[in-house]
Amino acid sequence: MNKHSSSTTTPFWRDKRVIPVLLQIIFALFVLLAGFFFASNALSSMSQIGMSFGYDFLGKMASFDIGDKFIDFSSTDTYAKAFLVGILNTLRVAFIGIILATILGFVVGVSRLSNNWLARNVATVYVEIFRNTPLLVQIFIWFYAIFLSFPVIEKSLNVFGFIYFSNRGTVIPWFDLTSSSFIWFIALLIGIIISGVASKIRMKQQVDTGKRKYPIVWAVGSILVALCVAWIVTSESPLLLSMPEIGARGFAGGYTIGPGFCALLVALVMYTAAYIAEIVRGGILAVSKGQVEAAKALGLRSPTILRLIILPQAIRIIIPPLTSQYLNLIKNSSLAAAVAYTELVGVGITILSQTGKSVEVISIVILVYLAMSLFTSLLMNIYNKYSQLVER
Amino acid sequence: MNNENNSRDTHPSIISPPKPPIGVLKWLTDNLFSSWINTILTILFAGISVFVLIGSIEWIFLKADWHVIAVNLKLLVVGQYPVAELWRIWICLTLISLLMGLSCGIWKGAMGHLTIAVAVLYLIVISLPFVMLETRYWLLGNIAAMVLGYLIGKNRFKLMKFVLIGWFLMFPVIIFLLSGFGVFHHVGTNLWGGFLLTLLIAIVAIVCSFPIGVLLALGRRSKLPIVRWFSICYIEVIRGVPLITILFVAQLMLPLFLGNTIEIDNVIRAMVGFTLFTAAYLAENIRGGLQSIPRGQFEAAEALGLSATFKMTFIILPQALRAVIPAMVGSFIGIFKDTSLVAIVGLTDILGMGKNIISNPEFLGTQMEVFVFVALVFLIFCNMMSYASRRLESALGVGKR
Repeated sequence: MNKHSSSTTTPFWRDKRVIPVLLQIIFALFVLLAGFFFASNALSSMSQIGMSFGYDFLGKMASFDIGDKFIDFSSTDTYAKAFLVGILNTLRVAFIGIILATILGFVVGVSRLSNNWLARNVATVYVEIFRNTPLLVQIFIWFYAIFLSFPVIEKSLNVFGFIYFSNRGTVIPWFDLTSSSFIWFIALLIGIIISGVASKIRMKQQVDTGKRKYPIVWAVGSILVALCVAWIVTSESPLLLSMPEIGARGFAGGYTIGPGFCALLVALVMYTAAYIAEIVRGGILAVSKGQVEAAKALGLRSPTILRLIILPQAIRIIIPPLTSQYLNLIKNSSLAAAVAYTELVGVGITILSQTGKSVEVISIVILVYLAMSLFTSLLMNIYNKYSQLVER
Repeated sequence: MNNENNSRDTHPSIISPPKPPIGVLKWLTDNLFSSWINTILTILFAGISVFVLIGSIEWIFLKADWHVIAVNLKLLVVGQYPVAELWRIWICLTLISLLMGLSCGIWKGAMGHLTIAVAVLYLIVISLPFVMLETRYWLLGNIAAMVLGYLIGKNRFKLMKFVLIGWFLMFPVIIFLLSGFGVFHHVGTNLWGGFLLTLLIAIVAIVCSFPIGVLLALGRRSKLPIVRWFSICYIEVIRGVPLITILFVAQLMLPLFLGNTIEIDNVIRAMVGFTLFTAAYLAENIRGGLQSIPRGQFEAAEALGLSATFKMTFIILPQALRAVIPAMVGSFIGIFKDTSLVAIVGLTDILGMGKNIISNPEFLGTQMEVFVFVALVFLIFCNMMSYASRRLESALGVGKR
């Protein structure tokens, strides 16, 4: 028996070295065949309707206009530029949305743990309502039922005397750049850098010597000095305030934000803030109770405890889920397609309906979103590393 | 505990701790006005909540025109489904009610609470003034089915297996009843709409994506590089792009890719898109569960001489899946909410139907009513599911073993 088994070699389909390779080859063949099947089908059905695959349409003239835009765009520009406008619009709503949602989320999250009964329960109700209804329904409510239901421009609602709500958009006071804005900006930048360095140095001296060295006074002071220098050099203000007024044809002055953008931004902020609030609450709860008690024993006041003891420790727990919420917000901004705010997907749909290049357009959109997601996670990973516990 | 109290009462030398003063004033000073910051907060939040509450109550009872919901209730709930065939949907619902009653009798606990919540929901719908008489009868029948199920199932644990099989069979039975498949008059998926469609897409997505998700999760942890990289690419690409692009791929590119060989309609396309999307998220959930299984389990299974397939199906997966049930309920809630996106690609789920209704000139200016109704439906269902998931989490003792 022994002799027999040693004389016959193991058949190759039971060989542990061969099986994985074989399996992988079969799997790869299967994937390739499926890919080939899809691609050949796509090519044949495209050729049936007389279309070809290619990205050369990007250089052609886009014969549509975009309402909300950052950079100049007219219907004579190319499709590629239309995509760029769309990407910038996505980035704009995502950037403002992330900042506002973070602020609101932290406030609500801290309120949920407040010892004030009313604040705690109002925050809980807020979180429950906004987390448990679909974002698209919220966007529709804000868009159709609120921002589009405002009165016409002539009868627009006026809040505080300088914000106007009308069905054509919200108008807020805005600043116009003057010729000296650039110098002011440079001066401010230098001031901020100097203030950062100075306060660090003074803080280190204070820690080393134990004497008061006023780091905050130094920080604020250096920025003020820089601004004074800018004032002396340019002798005019950096920005001109432009107040909205109702003119003969719509609004004159101010900055008009379209109803689509308003609805999308408000809905995204309210929805994401509810999730961020839960993350913040979880993070704060995860900080051990002994830390708070120790801080209280040292005689710190509760806002100081929150700022110096709880948040720095909670941040470590908060950042990974917060990152995924930021990514969700960026991805959710694509729902703008439903409320006529022309961001990336909106532009994509328009181009798609004009050119019929579905594969090409959708592939561009997907690639841009992937790039944005990767970039955001990269940034947050760097911050995550920076805020992690340095273990000795 | 009891003994301790007794000895405390009898022993004169041990004085029980002073009772804290209880009273409205004490509660107020403790919870609302403990410091001046707290007082400001209280006034601020009281202002906001009174403003919002008065505004919404005034709107709900005085300003809102609920006529639009009353007229379109059928459209919002089941869409264009033919009225003559509505009994099939009612039968599906009754079967579910019966199963719920049975499960309530057997398991009690969270299931019992959920069943009671659904029964209360039925009662609320019955008591709405604008509901048709027929609907009321059917709903009463549903409640009767629930009670019947409860009475049959009460403490009969032998029925447990049958009830579980019943829940699994529910899905094909519902699909069969809804579309007819030759036995009854055929009702095409283009007529499925309203909340029915919302539920169906969510259920199909979660049921169909489950096996794909398990395979992807296993693939991502596989030692074979090609399989692993394929899984990683699939999961990361799907998770990196918005759902709406996946839906557009499904709507526009799927027919292109499949060519002339297979013809599928809009609803099925959306379901395919949702399934592919959900699978990636589910795979990540399951991977978390797989990672939580200690190495010893793998090694013990190998030491027993189990093959890789047996090891996974009998040792690892049952433990991993059990650990991620709450997370999966969480992603099911997410998918359920996300189904509203099909309104963008032109399907008439409850939200799409709402959008169609407000574009009807007859119902001009009723956007708020329609969308608030839609939001309320989602709110109720999501709350029930998240309640169930919390109960499930404590019942399964996840993280406490």
